[in-house]
Amino acid sequence: MTTMNSPALMPYDDVIAQFDPVMGLEVHVELNTKTKMFCGCATEFGAAPNTQVCPVCLGLPGALPALNRKGVEGAIRIGLALNCEIAQWCRFARKNYFYPDMPKNFQTSQYDEPIAFNGWLDVPVETDEGVQVFRVEIERAHMEEDTGKTSHLGGATGRIQGADYSVVDYNRAGIPLIEIVTKPIVGAGKNAPAVARAYVSMLRDLLRALDVSDVRMDQGSLRCDANVSLRASADSPFGTRTETKNVNSLRSIEKAIRYEMQRQAAVLAGGGQVTQETRHWHEDTNLTTSGRSKEEAEDYRYFPEPDLVPIAPSREWVEQLRATLPEPPAARRARLQEQWGVNDTEMDSIINAGAVDLVVATIAAGADHTAARKWWLGELARTANDQGVDLADLAITPADIVDVERLIAAGTINDKLAREVIAGILAGEGTAEQVVARRGLQIVGDDSALLAAIEQAIAEQPDVAEKIRGGKVAAAGAVVGAVMKATRGQADAAKVRALLLAHLGVEDA
Amino acid sequence: MSELITKTAAELASAIASGAVSAVEVAQAHLDRIAEVDGRVHAFLHVDTEGALAAAKAVDSRRAAGERLGALAGVPLGLKDVMCMEGIPTTCGSKMLEGWRPPYDATVTRRLKDAGVVILGKTNMDEFAMGSSTEHSAYGPTRNPWDLERIPGGSGGGSSACLAAYEAPLAIGTDTGGSIRQPAAVTGTVGVKPTYGAVSRYGLIALASSLDQAGPCARNVLDTALLHSVIAGHDPHDSTSLTDAVPDVVAAAGTRDLTGMRIGVVKELGGEGYQAGVRQRFDEAVAALTSLGAEIVEVSCPHFDYALAAYYLILPSECSSNLAKFDGMRYGLRVGDDGESSVEQVMGRTRAAGFGEEVTRRIILGTYALSAGYYDAFYGSAQKIRTLIQRDFNDAFAKVDVLVSPTAPTTAFKLGEKLDDPLAMYLNDIATIPANLAGTPGMSIPIGLAPEDNLPVGLQIMAPARADERMYAVGGALEAALLAQWGAPILSKAVAL
Ligand SMILES: [Zn+2]
Repeated sequence: MTTMNSPALMPYDDVIAQFDPVMGLEVHVELNTKTKMFCGCATEFGAAPNTQVCPVCLGLPGALPALNRKGVEGAIRIGLALNCEIAQWCRFARKNYFYPDMPKNFQTSQYDEPIAFNGWLDVPVETDEGVQVFRVEIERAHMEEDTGKTSHLGGATGRIQGADYSVVDYNRAGIPLIEIVTKPIVGAGKNAPAVARAYVSMLRDLLRALDVSDVRMDQGSLRCDANVSLRASADSPFGTRTETKNVNSLRSIEKAIRYEMQRQAAVLAGGGQVTQETRHWHEDTNLTTSGRSKEEAEDYRYFPEPDLVPIAPSREWVEQLRATLPEPPAARRARLQEQWGVNDTEMDSIINAGAVDLVVATIAAGADHTAARKWWLGELARTANDQGVDLADLAITPADIVDVERLIAAGTINDKLAREVIAGILAGEGTAEQVVARRGLQIVGDDSALLAAIEQAIAEQPDVAEKIRGGKVAAAGAVVGAVMKATRGQADAAKVRALLLAHLGVEDA
Repeated sequence: MSELITKTAAELASAIASGAVSAVEVAQAHLDRIAEVDGRVHAFLHVDTEGALAAAKAVDSRRAAGERLGALAGVPLGLKDVMCMEGIPTTCGSKMLEGWRPPYDATVTRRLKDAGVVILGKTNMDEFAMGSSTEHSAYGPTRNPWDLERIPGGSGGGSSACLAAYEAPLAIGTDTGGSIRQPAAVTGTVGVKPTYGAVSRYGLIALASSLDQAGPCARNVLDTALLHSVIAGHDPHDSTSLTDAVPDVVAAAGTRDLTGMRIGVVKELGGEGYQAGVRQRFDEAVAALTSLGAEIVEVSCPHFDYALAAYYLILPSECSSNLAKFDGMRYGLRVGDDGESSVEQVMGRTRAAGFGEEVTRRIILGTYALSAGYYDAFYGSAQKIRTLIQRDFNDAFAKVDVLVSPTAPTTAFKLGEKLDDPLAMYLNDIATIPANLAGTPGMSIPIGLAPEDNLPVGLQIMAPARADERMYAVGGALEAALLAQWGAPILSKAVAL
């Protein structure tokens, strides 16, 4: 890899003092339909290369697309959830460019006739002044097909430079994609990076609730490109923008936009001009590098796709789909707050932790809401933070939490052991029961084993035992503590205390 | 020469069904004929002897088992090389696909196989169906059986020539601007371009998706109708495929009286630029239609004058995109992959080496017409003309039941005569292109020989979309009347090969 000169960056506070940022976000969502957009091939993630292909998605001579109605349904539901208008009539278009991962050397997409347009999404954003709701306006949501995936092999970096050869997997080619494009996001000021992150996060939650996509940024089923430009003030015309690609985590979205604001500000303050170009975000080094400039930008020669007939969704169908939408976020928040009996601040922290859906799912799986919130906001939120991943991406499910709770209720484990069980689940050691068995975490329930430990503790602290016998029941704590220590916490403290007092012939106070 | 090869498809099918002759005998007679004459005609790019005999044998076994056979079971056919056939070389007349064997059957191919039609092989064509003479085939031209120094029409010259040379009684063509009808006209055979969407395009290697339509070719109207019935009908693999029931074209082909039929003669098709003998035979055919009871009306379609210009923007635009997939990466030709060159370089070299001049010309034209800044002026304007032409047809069909014109402005010209003059070549399709732009059906039937050169002249019959049966009615009645006049089919007048 060639060394990259780190460009100058302006301190963030200075950027905000001198410039007004404008953003535009393009999010690509892979739908979770069982079959591809234009053929009957399966869409399983991670299948052996080129096993989910046919003449259509391989673009063989003569093959023709046939539209997957489920794909259109997903697009309309997404459009409706984003408060968009749904086109009465629209067409697909061909986006022409040569690239080996495009079987036909054109992508079937939509151009000037998107299926959904003119929407908005209200996004709660955590700011220094508390949580503020920011309205992000949606330009359009359109349908297209995904491309294949090229891997460059034999080189050190996995990039095309230096690779010995490249291979293409067409399993992904033809998977339905929805591209959601915002209108220019203005007025976010210093909160711009946070607004972008909150928007994508909210969008992800919304898509998950719609059950239209796996929305896994790590697997590429949700991908984000961020356009950023700076202008002198809110009255000035828009500045020259750059488009940062390959931003594949919520954290990176925030960082990449912040970085691009600082980089552009330094260029402008130094009397230079921002180059209109695509830039690539590097997760490892936290910086963007220059990609294709506008001069090299391709002319895609869009024209209406003649192999597909226009789509004219009937108003009845659209209304049927509207009826399947999940509750709007604001109404849902109010309802859950009421049900859980939490105040605004507590609810904000649940939302900010990205825990709402997880808590809801945990309750639905059988836990009570206090316990569900306790685990997701406590132990698990800390772990996610330490590992730098999103809560939803931890290797634990709501059902696992319910199992843990059930074991506590049965007296098999206590709260302290439960933390160890959860650590085991996160480490991939299996279900709660399996972790308990493998790590030997049961509360010691066998009286004779406990009594032996109690006798040992009494023998070690005869003076304390005397005090207890003399009626100083409060002194029992020291012996109980010693027993708990000896049993490595696997005993039920209340039971140890009862056994101890019984053993010494003292009645509890 | 076996007398089996001069029989009609209908006659052969009934002889096979009755057991008078076996399908294997019929197939062998045609394979023998191919071996005898195709060295001179070059109608076929690939002859599938083994497959054809196996298919014929299967038909004979089914008959022996007492199964009821389809209307064309055991009848041999030439399949245009634009249509995919599993395991059989399919080149589209291009070096780009030399040696490529499709892993799947086109819907048309599948329907033919299911109907027991015996596919003899793949017929020659202009490269990727671009041309009107079959001279643009990368594998050498097909020659017109009427005169081996002349062209058999194009792009489907192989399909028309194999009929005229008695190498097959049936053939499949595809028609984007006249590639079924013009070859039929210049070889004295019958060719039909059905309504757009009537026959599935799945597995037809696309030239221009919004114009391409596969159709039946034969030596008489009834045979084309029988073949039409086999290949037409809805196909879920083709989104543009019609869901209508297939019209009863076989019954329509039996029409002998045109009383009450209103027939429009298109004013814009037939004047200047049309050969005198073509016009003479056309006028006589119109007179024959009158004596069959039809009422003749002159109709004007003013926007037909712009059809050629619009066509040569829409077709190249769509073909520039459709042919982008031929890049040497996944199948077919690959040139210059020396281990040092980039993907773009290999793609460029492959395309430069694999495509002929006419294909390259149209890809460049189309790429230009779709470019940013030119789209509205070129592609956009052409689409508007297309709408106006559709309106001309609608207005005309409000007044008449069908329209007629000469199919082509001239009889078969000499090989090489127009090869260096693309515009002169394009003018061959001036009368056939409007139907492709409008998606309406068209048929060409032979109406005699031009007195000046003794070569066949074709008459075009055009009907409204989804009313293909009207062409068969008019074509069937006129054909019967002319046959009665001539005493023998027109092909009997051709010099024996
Ligand atoms: Zn497929």
